[in-house]
Amino acid sequence: MGELLFFIIFTLIKALVFVGILMFCVAMAVFIERRVLGFMQIRYGPNRAGPFGILQTIADGIKLFFKQDITLPVTEKGIYVLAPIITGITALLPFVAIPFADKIAPDTLTIFGKTFDLTKYSLNRGVIADLPAGVLFILAVSSLSVYGVLLAGWSSDNKYSFLGSMRMASQMLSYELCLGIAIMGVLMISGSMRMTEIVEAQKDVWFIVYQPFGFILYMVAAFAEACRTPFDLIECENELVCGFNTEYSSMKFALFYLAEYIHLFTIGGIATTFFLGGWQGPWLPSGLWFAIKVGCLFFFFVWVRATYPRVRFDQLMSLGWKYLIPLSLLNLVVTGIFITV
Amino acid sequence: MIWPLIRGLAKTLEHFFKKKITVQYPEERRELPDRFRGRPRLVLDQDGKIKCVVCELCVAVCPSGAITIEAEEGEDPSIRYPKKYVIDLGRCIYCGYCEQVCPRDAIVLTKEFELAKYSREELIYDIPKLIKEG
Repeated sequence: MGELLFFIIFTLIKALVFVGILMFCVAMAVFIERRVLGFMQIRYGPNRAGPFGILQTIADGIKLFFKQDITLPVTEKGIYVLAPIITGITALLPFVAIPFADKIAPDTLTIFGKTFDLTKYSLNRGVIADLPAGVLFILAVSSLSVYGVLLAGWSSDNKYSFLGSMRMASQMLSYELCLGIAIMGVLMISGSMRMTEIVEAQKDVWFIVYQPFGFILYMVAAFAEACRTPFDLIECENELVCGFNTEYSSMKFALFYLAEYIHLFTIGGIATTFFLGGWQGPWLPSGLWFAIKVGCLFFFFVWVRATYPRVRFDQLMSLGWKYLIPLSLLNLVVTGIFITV
Repeated sequence: MIWPLIRGLAKTLEHFFKKKITVQYPEERRELPDRFRGRPRLVLDQDGKIKCVVCELCVAVCPSGAITIEAEEGEDPSIRYPKKYVIDLGRCIYCGYCEQVCPRDAIVLTKEFELAKYSREELIYDIPKLIKEG
């Protein structure tokens, strides 16, 4: 009993600390994205609030918080309120299984004269839950995020929102396949579905060396999954007003916004874990290495956003089905051949 | 197909390190062009009197009806001068027609443009405010 309680409390603490850090990172990410976008358009971006404009997100957050929360007389009120919450939670969930650091605690811990074994449930590792099939968990949970958007678009009673969420659903379904198959190559090389073991298998060589095409395919699919430019068809201001979140305001809108950025970090974290060696790296502490790698990927996401225009919907679909899925299957076959030979 | 995409990325990265063209407004200001049209000003003659003779051409030409003038006779009954000369800057569109039409060059547009106020009443400019140099 005592051990179970200890397990629950320890995991809770770990999760809370991690969510706190993540929220801080999201706040910084919003600011950094605006600054980088500005720099790439030869302007400064927000640089007034605080030193270098660092407090801009806090200012925006306070503004959003005090905005009028417009609740529309929609038919399905429950779903309308629930949708942003679903989106927020499903964006956070994959982080449960992503290892963000090596060891963060000693093997045993003595509290009130009782000694607890921290290695039992990987409590001492830098991962909230070291699931045996972590990859499956992440894939399953990240596809749940479609529900939040779909329900939001449907319950808004607005044709633009509805169109946006319909697009989102078909886009995510198509690219999920490619995403899963691109990851498969990594799983074949590492021979494990446990995230921490995948990271440890990259001690000497990162999997991006064995799987360069897998990485590219994953990144393209990830852009579509996270709904970032060039694949941000759910928002598509020029046709759909603002897509699925048109009818949301104040904190409900902030939740969608938050989820979008957490999603980016999820995608970056998964890519780091599978292809870039996770928290592995010399000299610096492991958590910092993870943060640096995810940060670089985030910069790449923003860089791409500053560069490319949005694709058309039929182009998006034909890219997914006609090119990415056959290519990722080919990648899988080639990997298989190499492993057996 | 891939090459143009990479060139696009290179272009944005080049811009990232370029000198920014933003003018950090309150601290640094652009030099205003000579023909800039800002807040109107009433011109004084060498005796320190308003040049305006209340011909009301500016009132007639003003497209937004921002100018109101009341005339008063001076010591010399042949010359009139304005008792009241009011421009509502809330209405003024800074077209500069008044400056063009004025036969005595009594009204000119200055380069003053920071005219934001907290109430509409503050935007109604009368003679003491209008004769200030911009």
